[in-house]
Amino acid sequence: MILPYYIIIPLLSAFLITLIAGKKDYWAIILSFIAVSALLILSVFSFITMKDETVTYAMSNWPAPIGIILVQDALTSFTLVMVSIISLTSIIYSVQYIRHLSMDWKYYAIFMLLVTGMNGVIVTGDIFNMFVFLEISLFSAFALVAYGGRAEEFEAAFKYTVMGSVSSVMILMGVAILYSATSNLNMAKIAEVLPAVDDKVKFWVGGLFIAGFGLKAAIIPFHTWLPDAHSSAPAPISSMLSGVLIKALGIYAIIRIFFNVFDAPQIFLNIFLVLGTISIIIGVILAVGQWDMKRLLAYHSISQIGYILLGIGIATPLGILGAVFHLFNHALFKSLLFYNAGSVEMALGTRDLRKMGNLMKILPITSQTSLIASLSISGIPPFNGFFSKLVIIIAALQAGLPWYAVFAVIGSLLTLASFMKVQRYGFKGETVVDSVTNKIGWRMNTAMITLAVLCVITSLLIVPGIKEVTLDPVVKVITDRTQYIHLVLGGM
Amino acid sequence: MIVYVLCFALFLVGTYGVIVKRDLVKIILSMGIQGYAVNLMIVLFGYRNGAIYPILAKGKDPVMMVDPLPQALVLTSIVIELGTTALIVALAIKIFEKYHTFDITKIRRLSG
Repeated sequence: MILPYYIIIPLLSAFLITLIAGKKDYWAIILSFIAVSALLILSVFSFITMKDETVTYAMSNWPAPIGIILVQDALTSFTLVMVSIISLTSIIYSVQYIRHLSMDWKYYAIFMLLVTGMNGVIVTGDIFNMFVFLEISLFSAFALVAYGGRAEEFEAAFKYTVMGSVSSVMILMGVAILYSATSNLNMAKIAEVLPAVDDKVKFWVGGLFIAGFGLKAAIIPFHTWLPDAHSSAPAPISSMLSGVLIKALGIYAIIRIFFNVFDAPQIFLNIFLVLGTISIIIGVILAVGQWDMKRLLAYHSISQIGYILLGIGIATPLGILGAVFHLFNHALFKSLLFYNAGSVEMALGTRDLRKMGNLMKILPITSQTSLIASLSISGIPPFNGFFSKLVIIIAALQAGLPWYAVFAVIGSLLTLASFMKVQRYGFKGETVVDSVTNKIGWRMNTAMITLAVLCVITSLLIVPGIKEVTLDPVVKVITDRTQYIHLVLGGM
Repeated sequence: MIVYVLCFALFLVGTYGVIVKRDLVKIILSMGIQGYAVNLMIVLFGYRNGAIYPILAKGKDPVMMVDPLPQALVLTSIVIELGTTALIVALAIKIFEKYHTFDITKIRRLSG
């Protein structure tokens, strides 16, 4: 049984780091590197071997409706692979970046807690347990946003904490109402009882969950914390937050609850469609005007989350395929872009696009990889972003929603425009910079090159033949909706 | 019914505070009030009129007991709230050190 190890490994390593590391952060780096690589190996292994079967694990051997169960299906393993890839590159990148900030083992301990929380949210099959893990990862995120210790970082962290705990309160309220209506906390069991429950309860709980998880995913009316928090955090943390945290806590939870538990009523799908489209357009419009590179990237996260939500809202198998594919792609290229921004900031000491320039000469690897990532996020053919956006747009047309497709295309064009701005003013700018304050080491370069290569390779996931073994099982879990009940409870 | 309405009113008081107040400490307190309202609501969901405490002893009928699970949930959520409050108070102290004020209209280095 490998299921509980997704939680045990990072949690144990977080405690071991605080015990062993003490004054030397050498051990902290090694421990966290081993833990994250183990998680990557485990999740890739289980993703390849499991295909579309569902595995459950009862904690402390308490049977399903009473105790907490952990569930692993294709969607779980897929999200776990995504989290592990980004955390591994993040740890590699952090080694130099965090040392340049301050020499500390505490960072790695909190980082592992962040991974624990996300893995917990992803593998759990119990709705209150999901809330608890969500809080664990949020705590670590709050602390890590404030890690740099500058005034802006505390301000952003405070804002994030207030918004985060308001959303948690809403989620807790939803869980409480759901419990009082169904007398169950196990998600599969709730899904079984829910059809007999009054529709009004579903709408109340659905509204609370959309507000709560939507705040964590930074969908547009709930997005105000994201640009501050994601642009103030240290670069590897920005990439963790933007790359995987908003997806694991926001989008993954929305998919799990609204599709597998609520059976996706049409009214919620319509809400997703509208919110997704608004996020695409407003997010990208806000992004175009920014001159701070990390802030620009943070606004793009809102817009890209909009694409994923749009795909979910379309709810045809093709739309879900696009959403799931874009989920993965966005994690790769957005993390890569944040690494690029971090290394530019470290080398030049500025994030202002107007003060950059001449970077092709002095930071060749950073500029090359940022070119790949920019092309991916704007949807230029050979790279992964093109395929996932194309799938979502085609799905919108097939489902008879042409206006949503038009807005998605407009969003994509504006994305291209804003990344041309990044390349034109930032990396190929006219300001002549000849000296760098800090050199970019091989570890940071390794992390960037790995993700850049993955950006190209993952476009193969959509090729027929590979698609059947990678993306299709994931789509099947979502489109099967409440088959989840039988898959989870049948195995007990 | 009236208890649930009062409980929801308490929640709205907290939400009002978080949205409207300009003082960091008052925002923190309002977050606390929101949390208490939800905790109270969870306990209320487990409550039944005339029921007894949920401890299995001789001669006690399980049918006559209040639901013990919400109480366990509330304990967990209280602990989580304690953690959040401790963290956010620490952040508020740090903000005061940097900006020398608790007024959020004066703490505005991030915008746009």
